[in-house]
Amino acid sequence: MSNAATMRPGRPALPEWVRRLPEYLMIWVPLLLSAAHLVSFSLWTIWISFTPSTLVPVTGWVGLRNYSAVAASRNWQIAFDNLLLFGSAFVLLSAVTGLILAILLDQRIRGENVLRSIFLYPLAVSFVVTGTVWSWLLNPGLGIQKLVHDLGWTTFKFDWLIDRDMAIWTIVIAAIWQSSGFAMALFLAGLRSVDSDIIKAAQIDGAGPVRTYRRIILPSLWPITITVVVIQLQFAISTFDLVRALTNGGPGIATQLPALVVYDLMFQRSLLGRGAAAAVLMLLILLAVLLPYAAWRYIQRRRAAHA
Amino acid sequence: MIYLAVSLIAAAWLAPLVVVVLNSLRTNEEIAQGSMIGWPQHLAWSNYAAAWSGFCVAETCAGIRPYMLNSALVTIPATIFSTLLGAIAGYAVSLWRFRGDNWIYGIVTLGLFLPQQMRLLPWTIVLRDVGLINTLTGLVLIHTIQGLSFTTLFCRSYYVAIPHELIRAARIDGAGFFRIFWRIILPLSGPILIVTVIWQFTHIWNEFLYGVTFITGQQQPVTAALIALSAAVADIPQHGVQSAAVIIAALPTLLIYLLGGKYFVRGLTAGAVK
Repeated sequence: MSNAATMRPGRPALPEWVRRLPEYLMIWVPLLLSAAHLVSFSLWTIWISFTPSTLVPVTGWVGLRNYSAVAASRNWQIAFDNLLLFGSAFVLLSAVTGLILAILLDQRIRGENVLRSIFLYPLAVSFVVTGTVWSWLLNPGLGIQKLVHDLGWTTFKFDWLIDRDMAIWTIVIAAIWQSSGFAMALFLAGLRSVDSDIIKAAQIDGAGPVRTYRRIILPSLWPITITVVVIQLQFAISTFDLVRALTNGGPGIATQLPALVVYDLMFQRSLLGRGAAAAVLMLLILLAVLLPYAAWRYIQRRRAAHA
Repeated sequence: MIYLAVSLIAAAWLAPLVVVVLNSLRTNEEIAQGSMIGWPQHLAWSNYAAAWSGFCVAETCAGIRPYMLNSALVTIPATIFSTLLGAIAGYAVSLWRFRGDNWIYGIVTLGLFLPQQMRLLPWTIVLRDVGLINTLTGLVLIHTIQGLSFTTLFCRSYYVAIPHELIRAARIDGAGFFRIFWRIILPLSGPILIVTVIWQFTHIWNEFLYGVTFITGQQQPVTAALIALSAAVADIPQHGVQSAAVIIAALPTLLIYLLGGKYFVRGLTAGAVK
C-alpha cells in the first residue's frame, strides 16, 4: 500500500473508512436526521389521520371518517372560507402595495435606503408583536376610533375588530403592513434588472413613462409576480401567530383559520385523529398552490435551457 | 408628488412603532383616560423597569426578563448549530459530492414547504420519548434540525459558485474534507454566514407555535409570554407596561435588522428564489 509508507512507523494504518469516519458522520448525520424527520413525520401524521386516535395515538383504521368530520364541522368551514377571503385579499393587496412602493422607489429619489428600511422593518418583528400592536390600534375603545372620538367626531365608527363580518379584514390589514415590504424588495430587484437599453430605445421612440411602464417594464415582472403570489399564499395558508395575537379567532369563531383549527383539535380538544386530518388538509391546500408553481418553474427552466 | 406619496406611506408604516414607543412612556392611567394614540405628558420610564422585572404573568412576578433569557438560550445555540451544520452540509453537497447527494438535498429542501402543523404531533412524541418535553434543549433540537433546510440551501447556493479547481488542487495536495473546509471554504464564507445567522436568529426568536405547544409556564420563550401577558391582564389592562414589554421583546431582532439590513434583505430574496 502506498499510503502505509507515509504513515508514522509503529502505528498500524487505519482503514480508509475509519479515518474518514468523522467527515461521514458530519455530512450524513445532520442531513439524514433532517430528511428522515421530514419523511417520517409527514407519513406518521398522515397515518394518524386515518386512525380513531383521540387523547393518545392508537392503531386502527377509520378510513376517511376524520376527514368528513373535520369538513363537516362549522369551525373548519368558517376557517376555509376565511382562508379563501384572507388569502386572496391579502395576496392581491400586498402585491399591489409592494409594486406601487417599488415603482415609487425606482424613480431615483433621495433617501431611498431609509425609505426601503422603513417598509421592510415589520419583517424583522414577530407576528405576535404585530398582532398585539394592531389589536390595540384597531380596538374601538382604545385605538383609532377612540382617538377620533376624543378629537370631537363622535359618530366616527371603525370597529372591525369586534364586528363578526369585518373582523377578518383586520388580519388582512396587519398582514399587509407586515409583508408588503417583502413584495416591494422582490419587485424592486425585478425593476432594476430590466434591460436599460430596451427602456432607452422605447424613450427614443417617443414612449412616455406611463407607456414605458405598461408596455415594457411591467410585462417583464410576470415571473416575479408569480413568485411573490406563491410565497404570500404559502404564508397565508399557515397563518397562526398573527391571528392568535390579534383576534384569537374571534369574535366567536369569526376569524378562524385552518392552522388554528388544527391546534384546537390537537391540543385543546385532544382529538388527535381529526387534528391530523385537518393538518393533512392544510398540506393539500398548500400543494394545490405549490405543485402548479413547481411545474411552471420546471417548464420555464426547460425553455431557458433550450433557448 | 412622488415624495409626498412616499412620505405618507412611510409615515403610515412607521405609525404603529411610534404609537407603541410613545405608549411605553405613558402611564397606564394616562392611556386609560384617553386612547392608545397620544403624546406622553411626562416620560414614564418606570414602565420599562416594571416590564423588565416587575409585572406578573400567571402567578410569578418577575417581568419579561426570564422569558427573554429563555428565548436567548434557545435562539443563540440553535442559530449556531444550524448554521455550522448547514455550512458543512452545503459544502458537502455542492463541492465534495457523494453518492445520493442530490436525493438527500432534494428531500431536505422540502422542509422549506412542509407546514409546522404536520410536524407538531410527531415532535410531541419524540420530545416526550427522549425526555425533552418542556425543556429549552428540546426547542434547540427542533430548531437545529428544521433550520437545516434553510441553512443548507443558503450555503449550497453560495458554494456552487466556488470554482471546483480550487478544491481539486487542494485534494491533490492531500488536504482532507475538514482541512479544505477550515482553510479554504470558511474564509470565503463571510457574507453567506452573516445572511444565514441573521435569518436563523430572526426566525427562531420570532417563532411562536412550538414555543407555546411544547413549553409551559416559566420555560416559555418571550413570544408565548407576550400572549400570556395580554391574557393575564385582560381585566385590568396595563397598556403602558405592556407596550414597554412589546418593545423589549422586539428589540433584539429590530437591532439585528438595523445593523445588518443589507444581509437581512439578501436572506429574504435568497429564500424567495429557491
